[in-house]
Amino acid sequence: MVLAFLRRIGSLHINPVYRFAHEYSVGRRNYSARGSTLEQAVAAFRSVVGEDGVSLGTAVRDQHGRDESMHRCCPPDVVVWPCSVEEVSALAKICYQHQLPIIPFGTGTGLEGGVGAVKGGVCFNLGKMDCILDLHQEDFDVTVEPGVTRKALNASLRDTGLWFPVDPGADASLCGMVATSASGTNAVRYGTMRENVLNLEVVLADGTVIHTAGRGRRPRKTSAGYNLTNLFVGSEGTLGLLTKATLRLSGIPEAVVSAVCSFPSVQAAVDSTVQLLQAGVPIARIEFLDDVMMDACRCYSSLPYVVAPTLFLEFHGSKSSLEEQVTVAEDITRGNAGSDFSWARDAETRERLWKARHDAWYAALALRPGCKAYSTDVCVPISNLPQVVVETKRDLMQNHLTGPIAGHVGDGNFHCLMVLDPNDADEVQRVHQFTERLARRALALDGTCTGEHGIGLGKKALLCEEVGPQTIKVMHSLKAAMDPANLMNPGKVL
Amino acid sequence: MAARVLVGVKRVIDYAVKVRVKPDNTGVVTDGVKHSMNPFCEIAVEEAVKLKEKQLVKEVVAVSCGPQQVQETIRTALAMGADRGIHVEVSGKDYDALGPLQVSKIMAALAKKEEANLIILGKQAIDDDCNQTGQMTAALLDWPQGTFASEVVLEGDKLKVVREVDGGLETVKLDMPAVVTADLRLNTPRYATLPNIMKAKKKKISVVKPGDLGVDVASRLEVLRVEEPPQRKAGVKVETVEDLVSKLKEGGRI
Repeated sequence: MVLAFLRRIGSLHINPVYRFAHEYSVGRRNYSARGSTLEQAVAAFRSVVGEDGVSLGTAVRDQHGRDESMHRCCPPDVVVWPCSVEEVSALAKICYQHQLPIIPFGTGTGLEGGVGAVKGGVCFNLGKMDCILDLHQEDFDVTVEPGVTRKALNASLRDTGLWFPVDPGADASLCGMVATSASGTNAVRYGTMRENVLNLEVVLADGTVIHTAGRGRRPRKTSAGYNLTNLFVGSEGTLGLLTKATLRLSGIPEAVVSAVCSFPSVQAAVDSTVQLLQAGVPIARIEFLDDVMMDACRCYSSLPYVVAPTLFLEFHGSKSSLEEQVTVAEDITRGNAGSDFSWARDAETRERLWKARHDAWYAALALRPGCKAYSTDVCVPISNLPQVVVETKRDLMQNHLTGPIAGHVGDGNFHCLMVLDPNDADEVQRVHQFTERLARRALALDGTCTGEHGIGLGKKALLCEEVGPQTIKVMHSLKAAMDPANLMNPGKVL
Repeated sequence: MAARVLVGVKRVIDYAVKVRVKPDNTGVVTDGVKHSMNPFCEIAVEEAVKLKEKQLVKEVVAVSCGPQQVQETIRTALAMGADRGIHVEVSGKDYDALGPLQVSKIMAALAKKEEANLIILGKQAIDDDCNQTGQMTAALLDWPQGTFASEVVLEGDKLKVVREVDGGLETVKLDMPAVVTADLRLNTPRYATLPNIMKAKKKKISVVKPGDLGVDVASRLEVLRVEEPPQRKAGVKVETVEDLVSKLKEGGRI
């Protein structure tokens, strides 16, 4: 019923949410047409991974057809669990022979519908490959399989003094983070996945296994040939299945200090961020919560927060360097009319100071119980950040939308946590139009429509606008070269 | 108040590892398996180091009993801030049979030898879940004990310990010297950072044998058999309430 209503609105070609629903129904029709091919393939899968390694159960398929986004569930036809790269390759070969789409699956914590099987196909749940291989402490590198999550890796490394600092919030599969070029709260100091992957083992659509930097190689830098490693970073499963990632580790900071500061205006908070970075303070995390968000947090956790634009800061370093960093930060924030600057050293007080930031998602959802939340994700050069945030807030107020803002302002990246009723078609439409305006606003200010979540299902049109037709053509050629049959996660990115 | 704290740290199979039973059912597989410091021991070390940072104690000594590999565990404690380590060498069959009774005898002997005023241990180890060493050590020394501690406050020569018990929280006041065992919410242990790991390499670990302390590590327990828990069986779906009741009766549940 909802589908018919949406089609009547007639904006399928520009509205990714509606187009998704349309593709969903198309995918379903394909399944029944493909029945016997699927049966043969499933029998072949069973010979590779055994009975337990294949599932056709509805509940299991549904589980693998959704992630943490608002996109509706798009289940694959079958789910398989390979236990080794050899099995992944064998399964991929079978899919290639039968022309079945391949959808890689890590932890299902993506935010852009990346695991939706829009054309049906085979979901490769890589979670059983969960070994941490080859840790080299002196070289600060480690190789992991796709079933290893970020928190599992850091827990395993805790006694070595090393950690993997990219922190997107969710306990995501590290290879999944490579696929979406994940970032997080401390990208401002430690970089995103683009800067922290040294080598990848990839299984291509036809089952060929390659090592993007050569098997076992892990020099800190290289000039050897085309940078295939970074080609796959952010490819969202559309070019191959990632079965191993060699990651760059960092030293666990000697000491950590967290601070919080309120500001009279968004401009003041964002100006402070810009000045902090220009002052060369090696800030580890600098997070912004706007007044709407602070109010939501105040209600959610019943803590006496000041309802005003707020910066949450975290400094890493040696004890002596921290004192200097905090002093400089305090001066800068005071210079921008910042108030209530509080900071803490010990873990428990730091937790308490940052509680608002950690609870942001849930606090936003609690503003309108029963609603869903959708996170926007634009990123602009930091000098343009004040303008885009101020204009966005004005847009939200003018259009009566619930969109508390939380952002990694140190990277010029911020998220509007749009809280909306998915059954209210009018609101869905208004939110969608708002997100398009926001993306175009960011593009007009030299930015990107997605700082860290990826293109997935919903931002393909924006990608075209962002990179331009000639560059999109090159992307299409690459995709055609690596995956001529478009079996790898069809319907995403391009 | 200048005091010396002994902290016991046990090397156990890492909590994230999937434990497997040996094919001969005599024990679990430990070869090639990742080991690390027992999580409750990490909390104990953290508490001791915090006391030292508040300048309420003078020296933190980390103790572990076992073969050569336990020195890695002691090094982790040193990297967290302990001042020196004592490795009590126990290996082979003696190590396999080492349990709370022998360890508590060793801790008691060391406490006397090192003139310690406070012993902090984890409440239990995650491999045997015995939860006995702290209590036995206190009994052997005839010292008061504050077990399952979620808060420890040193006030002069008295120790206020808030204990997590089934009924809620119990606060006890102990005269020093005393034994405390750490529970989960006592603190959040710090990570060992690279500079501290480097510094820890220079800290001293002395090696002693149980015999030097006058302790006999012979065990009074014999492990007969180790088995995995029974495999979970599939459930049975029933169509009606009558079916459900008759199945429950059949199974002797009602």
